[in-house]
Amino acid sequence: MSSRDDILASIRANLPRVERPLPHVPLFDDDPPASLLSAFKESLHRMGGVFLDSPTSADMLAPVRAKIADAKIVCSTVPEIAGNRDIADVGAPRDLADVDFAIVRASFAVAETGSVLLSDADLRVNGVAYLAQHLIVLLDPADIVVNLHHAYRRPEFRDRHYASFHTGPSATADIEGVLIHGAQGVRSLSVLPIARAVGNLTH
Amino acid sequence: MSTIRERIDSAMLHPELRAEGDPDAIIRDGRRLDHAEGTSKPLRPAPEPQPRGAKVRGNRPIDQQEAAARFIAATEHEKMHDERLWDLRQKRDREMHGIPEWEELRSLASAIKEHTLTHLDEYLDQFEANARSNGIHVHWARDAAEHNQIVHGILRDHGATSLIKSKSMLTEECGFRHYMASVGIEVIETDLGERIQQLDNEDPSHVVVPAVHKLRTDVAEVFAHTIGTDPGNSDVHYLAEAQREATRPLILNADAGMTGANFVVAETGTFVVCTNEGNADLSANVPKLHIASIGIEKIIPRLEHLAVFVRLLSRSALGSPMTQYTSHFRGPRAGGEMHVVLVDNGRSERLGLEEFWTSLKCIRCGACMNTCPVYRRSGGLSYGATYSGPIGLIIDPTFNARKYSNLPFASSLNGSCTNVCPVKINIHEQIYAWRRVLVNQHEVPLVKKAAMKAAGALLSRPAAYRAAIAAADTALAHLPRFVIYNGLNAWGKHREVPHPPKQTFHSWYHANRGAKR
Repeated sequence: MSSRDDILASIRANLPRVERPLPHVPLFDDDPPASLLSAFKESLHRMGGVFLDSPTSADMLAPVRAKIADAKIVCSTVPEIAGNRDIADVGAPRDLADVDFAIVRASFAVAETGSVLLSDADLRVNGVAYLAQHLIVLLDPADIVVNLHHAYRRPEFRDRHYASFHTGPSATADIEGVLIHGAQGVRSLSVLPIARAVGNLTH
Repeated sequence: MSTIRERIDSAMLHPELRAEGDPDAIIRDGRRLDHAEGTSKPLRPAPEPQPRGAKVRGNRPIDQQEAAARFIAATEHEKMHDERLWDLRQKRDREMHGIPEWEELRSLASAIKEHTLTHLDEYLDQFEANARSNGIHVHWARDAAEHNQIVHGILRDHGATSLIKSKSMLTEECGFRHYMASVGIEVIETDLGERIQQLDNEDPSHVVVPAVHKLRTDVAEVFAHTIGTDPGNSDVHYLAEAQREATRPLILNADAGMTGANFVVAETGTFVVCTNEGNADLSANVPKLHIASIGIEKIIPRLEHLAVFVRLLSRSALGSPMTQYTSHFRGPRAGGEMHVVLVDNGRSERLGLEEFWTSLKCIRCGACMNTCPVYRRSGGLSYGATYSGPIGLIIDPTFNARKYSNLPFASSLNGSCTNVCPVKINIHEQIYAWRRVLVNQHEVPLVKKAAMKAAGALLSRPAAYRAAIAAADTALAHLPRFVIYNGLNAWGKHREVPHPPKQTFHSWYHANRGAKR
């Protein structure tokens, strides 16, 4: 007998003989926050992320330009802003090891937790979101859901091979509880609210 | 030849005092001032050496008390450990109070897990079919040895000799690193805490924070020996940064990556990995080959159920609303290859234990450890087993009833573990049930057995119990110390027995309220 058959046979022989129906899971959305964007911003800050307020000037991307002004290598996967490392030319993920800033767009965000969802379609090369020193995420304010129950109804979890909630930057408190940002992945995560460019609604 | 000045300096001053940046020093003309009450020597005490874990001698019963006593004797370690974990417990409470539906989520999580476990064969079958259709290679391993061989086989087929991995309690269970070392494959742990433990040749002491029993000075010593940091520098930011810099090239050059999984979704063929460091995503997304080792009990039916567990996991574990990274793997990336190894290793048999099968609901959050007074004061390594703390007490004996026969006694049965468990495992009741089972299986030493038997006889007869309590209170008030504080009473070893009450509650009630009935 194969290991698979062995294990399944052992499970069947040992199944508890009790009735346990599968419960219905509510959406727990009776009392949503007045502003999803404000709630998201507050949650993001709690988790160590930076919310870039929309600028007063006409240049909506000014906060991003300011961040990357001194960066040597910028890798952008969004049409709104150009970097100097073209993700289309990246052969292996390790080629991204020297990237200072990566700029990507989130599929959507979650107000409850301050998370942004980055899928393989958003990242192009998944490793870019972890190998870069800093990550900047563009988020359409229309793409915020209230909580995780709503989040898991999104199509990304059925369509994409890879999708990851980022909730602030890489962090650890493994030594005496001292909080460190940039344990292994990005040292900072910033989110800029900015609507998707027209004609760029789908990947 | 050194000058007189230099010789005086080296005779009087610890070299550390001349180090630049000593914030306490007042320097004039290149010399540290030591007038008035200033000292000429650093008065920082030498770091307290780290207490090591339980002595493991083959199959012989682990003496948790002995290791715990050594941990308690290391007062700096014990204090930091106790306070750090209690802080996590309090942060967990803060999160709990922030969510009105918290108790409903716990009930849902428990019900979903119990449903899935009672239909485990069907959901595993469904997961396998969906994962395969997404392009994932699915393997099945009956036990630890088969798991290690399967992974070795995959690595061999790809000519891989180095493996970066994220923390996985299952691979600890399988003795995976030990096995890989024996076949010449270099394994690099990428979680900071787990990496510290790997470099120190120690097991993780906690399921979420593996090096929580170590002081920063312990870490400085480990890193100085292994990755070449300054032995005198125990600044936590410095240590963490040095580890990042040392590990990054190993990540970039690894032939393969490995993760565990926190959850597996049957309907989509997805597995979910939660980390705070992003190290699992580096392990999975940098090398071409990704292998995930997954215990068969991790499965849940659908995505809507995943929401319940993701909301509970990090809030219970660390008191944060979410792990920094919650990653969903549903198939290999372009040009990559993905393997899943589903591991039984005793789980299907545990399913058949009527009193203990619900321990399979565990999502490894560690909340029961953080709240346990015994765990907080004795350290995870005192248990001498893969799983420590309350959940360990009820899982470890299923692996080896003799070796872990003492563990279910490392509990005050206060029930706090049960109260904080996000999937509502009746942990303290199972601890008590294990004591009974182990006594019946003759795995318990005579002293404990005699005490248990006497207690059992008394507890089953209320009148005899009342008489015994009254007699014991009288006796405790009058007995000489050596009768109370002897080797047979483990409770008296580090504690004073409380003053016995003058009257039992029962006799008080009888005298004051009984007549009114």
